[in-house]
Amino acid sequence: MKIRRIQWFQVVLAMVVVIAAAGCAKKKVTPPTPVPPAPPPAPTAMLTANPNTISAGQASTLTWATDFASDVTIDGIGKVDPIGSMKVTPTESTTYRLVAKNDTGTKEATARITVTPASAAPPPTSSSTGDESNARLFSQNVKDVFFDYDSYDMTSQDESVIQADARFLQQHPNMNFVIEGHCDERGSIEYNLALGENRAQAAKQALVQAGVPATRMRTISYGKEKPFCTASTEACWQQNRRAHFAYSK
Amino acid sequence: MKRLSAIFLSLFFATAAFGAPPQDWIRTGTGLGVEKIRLAVPDFKPAANDPESKKLATTFSTTLWNDLQAAGIFDMVSASFYPLSAPGTPQDVKLAEWDAPPPNANMLAFGNAGVQGGSLAVQGWLFDVKNAQSPQVLGKQYRETATEDNARLVAHRFADEIIFRLGGGIQGIAESKIYFVSSRGGSKEIWQMDYDGANQKQLTHLGTIALSPHPSPDGSRIAYAGVSNAEWQILMYSLELNRPVNFTRFGGTNLSPAWSSDGKSLAFSSSRSGDSEIYVVDVSGGEVRRLTNTKGPDVSPTWNPKTNAQIAWVSGRTGLPQIYTMASDGTNVARMTDQGYAVSPSWSPNGQFLAFAWVRHYGPGAPGASDIYVMDVASKQWVQLTHDGGRNDFPSWSPDGRHVVFQSNRSGKTQIWSMLADGSQARQLTTGGDNSQPNWSFK
Repeated sequence: MKIRRIQWFQVVLAMVVVIAAAGCAKKKVTPPTPVPPAPPPAPTAMLTANPNTISAGQASTLTWATDFASDVTIDGIGKVDPIGSMKVTPTESTTYRLVAKNDTGTKEATARITVTPASAAPPPTSSSTGDESNARLFSQNVKDVFFDYDSYDMTSQDESVIQADARFLQQHPNMNFVIEGHCDERGSIEYNLALGENRAQAAKQALVQAGVPATRMRTISYGKEKPFCTASTEACWQQNRRAHFAYSK
Repeated sequence: MKRLSAIFLSLFFATAAFGAPPQDWIRTGTGLGVEKIRLAVPDFKPAANDPESKKLATTFSTTLWNDLQAAGIFDMVSASFYPLSAPGTPQDVKLAEWDAPPPNANMLAFGNAGVQGGSLAVQGWLFDVKNAQSPQVLGKQYRETATEDNARLVAHRFADEIIFRLGGGIQGIAESKIYFVSSRGGSKEIWQMDYDGANQKQLTHLGTIALSPHPSPDGSRIAYAGVSNAEWQILMYSLELNRPVNFTRFGGTNLSPAWSSDGKSLAFSSSRSGDSEIYVVDVSGGEVRRLTNTKGPDVSPTWNPKTNAQIAWVSGRTGLPQIYTMASDGTNVARMTDQGYAVSPSWSPNGQFLAFAWVRHYGPGAPGASDIYVMDVASKQWVQLTHDGGRNDFPSWSPDGRHVVFQSNRSGKTQIWSMLADGSQARQLTTGGDNSQPNWSFK
């Protein structure tokens, strides 16, 4: 058994050497590629909605940015500037689709706004109306925090956002909420769920330190299961690396 | 044991380099010149002339061929080389025809299948072509209710008999199952299929998100992670009752359950302390023990199924996720990978190897691919199994340790693929929707 194992290592070693040699040889034989006339690069596109969950009647802001596109349209809105933003008031949950085109290609980006119907609580009582305005107030004032790649550390920018969030939450002691941890699409499903959990926990700890009682908040990780933005660009990935605060009641 | 591992190692480095396109890697190793057994498998003869007999005989023959092909230990003799009349019984066999070129077979599997009074009856033989004196190696009879599923089942059993007999005692896997996550119905739910991708069916109807299905060693239950009452919990689905069954709920976010091979314990990730850590719980749901205690995400445990004395898992304690091992009481922590982004470990049935997904050069500006690797646990020597692009993740070993199932988006959407444990014979098992996180049954 031992002898066999040693033989195997020798083979693995030989393999590594051969692979390295093959790699070197390949580089040498590659002929210099002639530079063709550069076509315009394929367009890039990013589209986000903030907030991405609203009650019926509320407004949300769509923000988009494209590069190299000659023609930019958003379904249901029409032709738009290459970079811009716009308030929308969808009456039902809507996925906005942005299409950026040029001669080289087409790039799409989508953003979904979830509209919670006003009749979410079956009997519309005065308290549910209060809930609605609370939810609106909450989403307007409590801002999400964003994270660096593969990190759950709060940045200095996050800290100031948390301070502002905490001030609002202390002024509204009856508002309970959920902290959702989110990740970008890169990497593995399970690891991203654990990472998202650590992001939600980091935001929770920061709020608790800023004086918001832990009993008012719940955490959940969505990993990369519920992205805010679906394009494969850094701008979009940054949108997805976040702890999102959602009013629960 | 010695013989088994010898077979494994030679397979591990078996070759498949004919007509390869230009590539920046090569396959090499020991045992490359070892000749595989040349096996001829003519279609089984329909025992009667009715359409049902013909249909089931065809299903049987196709399934048997695919099983033997997938086993990776045979050189399947092309059907175009066969004599014109296929034998249905030993009396029909003319060994000389199979012995001479072009078939030049070492072994011949043949028989007949037909429907008699609502039952599917199959007779199958395995003959050693080079032994004209007493050629019979195997003779089997099967009788089941006449359905397509049973024709496939009987073919799986006969294939496993042949593999056991000619493969030096290795257990076939033709009757094993693969559990996976599919979003083809809308939300992510747990599904199951046969090892060859047939008989795909949905198990859970959670309606939220269900992930990470792990079958119990006795095949009676699936442990998985699901969002239940707005929390990630370890959930159970009974394959005997065909419905969800209760399991203890824990605080925090609970993910990635993994059974020990004695069926007594589950390892999983929980954030009940405020940080994700690895825990072990009895299958009864009691006696929760915490194994890790370091800041950072800890997830995706897998037991050494040979001993149940070790657990490998993924930790982000130093930044990007890496594979670690520890004793199953949490001591003796060892880091296995030294760079990149390493996730989704799966421990081989013989306890010797870890399969995992690795982006060896990861980070902004380094567009590395996620590929499947196998590492020898004792030496930390590794071999790369996939080279064909796309994101490959969640490897899981077959019960015989000779195959690996994994997810890959190389064909577009994320789908389930299987391959031999040397990276050859990759085949796509799913096509509908988005499919991920496969896990092979224990037997």
